[in-house]
Amino acid sequence: MKQKAFRFLPYSMVILLIGFSLTSGCKVGTEKEDEAPELELDMSQLSQDMFEDIGEVKKIFYSLPSPIETAMIIRSAGATYNQNLLNSVDNASNYTTNKSMALNLGVYTCDLSFASLYDQTEASIDYMNAAKKMADGLGILDAISDETIEELEENINNRDVIMEIISDTFMNSSSFLHENERASVAAIVLVGGWMEGLFLATQIVDLDSLENNTLVDRIMDQKLSLDIVLKLLDESKDNEDVQLILADVEDLKITFDKVELRSSQIETSFDEETEVTTIKSKTSSNLTPEVFTELKGKIETIRNKYIS
Amino acid sequence: MKRLLYLIIISAIFVSVPIASQAQCKGFAKKICRLELEPYIHDGNYHAAILTEGEEAELYKTFYSDQDYRIAICGTDELPEIEFTIMDSKKTVLYTNKDKNFKRTWDFKLESSQQLKIAIKVPVREGSPDEPRSGCVAIMFGLKVK
Repeated sequence: MKQKAFRFLPYSMVILLIGFSLTSGCKVGTEKEDEAPELELDMSQLSQDMFEDIGEVKKIFYSLPSPIETAMIIRSAGATYNQNLLNSVDNASNYTTNKSMALNLGVYTCDLSFASLYDQTEASIDYMNAAKKMADGLGILDAISDETIEELEENINNRDVIMEIISDTFMNSSSFLHENERASVAAIVLVGGWMEGLFLATQIVDLDSLENNTLVDRIMDQKLSLDIVLKLLDESKDNEDVQLILADVEDLKITFDKVELRSSQIETSFDEETEVTTIKSKTSSNLTPEVFTELKGKIETIRNKYIS
Repeated sequence: MKRLLYLIIISAIFVSVPIASQAQCKGFAKKICRLELEPYIHDGNYHAAILTEGEEAELYKTFYSDQDYRIAICGTDELPEIEFTIMDSKKTVLYTNKDKNFKRTWDFKLESSQQLKIAIKVPVREGSPDEPRSGCVAIMFGLKVK
């Protein structure tokens, strides 16, 4: 039947159809060939290679995005503010163990940064007080003093000053913990903030528009930080609290590993006028809605466990 | 009894010296190095260590697209100018301050997020007959609030 229909087509049409299919097939092929070498680098593999090549140096730092950076990343990606997603300040009195206070110092600092970036003045003061409660409970001396709260209230309409205050208090906590050889607590604080950022971002994303979504891209980028989280926690793996958190992060890694991130070669360009270097590259991922839903579910479970 | 007292004093010195050095490091990071980040906002993370001439350190961090970053790496006065190099995951050098007269800061942004390595080296002073000197090295990151 098909042959019959084909027989009745004018010769010119057949030639046109063959020509079109050949040229269009070549085009797709060419595009793929053009794109393939561009995005040829498997970022997870590169990340592993980077760690395998760690030299014999005096000191190695694994740096996670701080709660401030996490909140800024979410805001820059165009997320909207939803206070209902933040951990209620009323929960602060429930946290009595070192682990829960450390996790929620990170969580509340992330929520505080998030609220401040969206000029939520009352919420900013409430979350600073909640973070103070956690820092005091952990015995972090003077990280957040009464004067800090007063300074925050006096400058509540000046976002830059508020961010400076938050940065100052977080650095006080972080340096106090390192000075007093409590690196495990410092690591737990960072993971708490990082997990809160992931929770907020995954909750805000509209599941119907995963493609070309900047916020989704930033969530997927956290796969790059995952190895750093694991390395950071691994340094304090003798600590029981760290072991429990390590298990959560390893479980999250199973889902993140279902996504492949690819990158092009990196090039740099320097702007003489601004004296800013731009690191140029392109990345892509093969994220599917199913994997995103799985990831979102896991993050929600872990985060709700941390704040309960 | 005298011997016990002597042991206690020696132990106290060994315990207090690193704590004092760490406290000095915190003060240096907060009051000196942090100023290098202005007008960028410090991310709040604290990375500092006591290093001796000839020693090296490394830092691993993911930097995100859509953010404007400033890295500030500073050493206390006892140390020569600190050398630092930024490398990508393929160990390609993206920047070294050796070519920029050991400038303490580097401003950059990324088209897509990348994990980078920062290699820090305390050079040995040429022709210095003294014992290698030690001091605090702080690594700080700043971001622009948009």
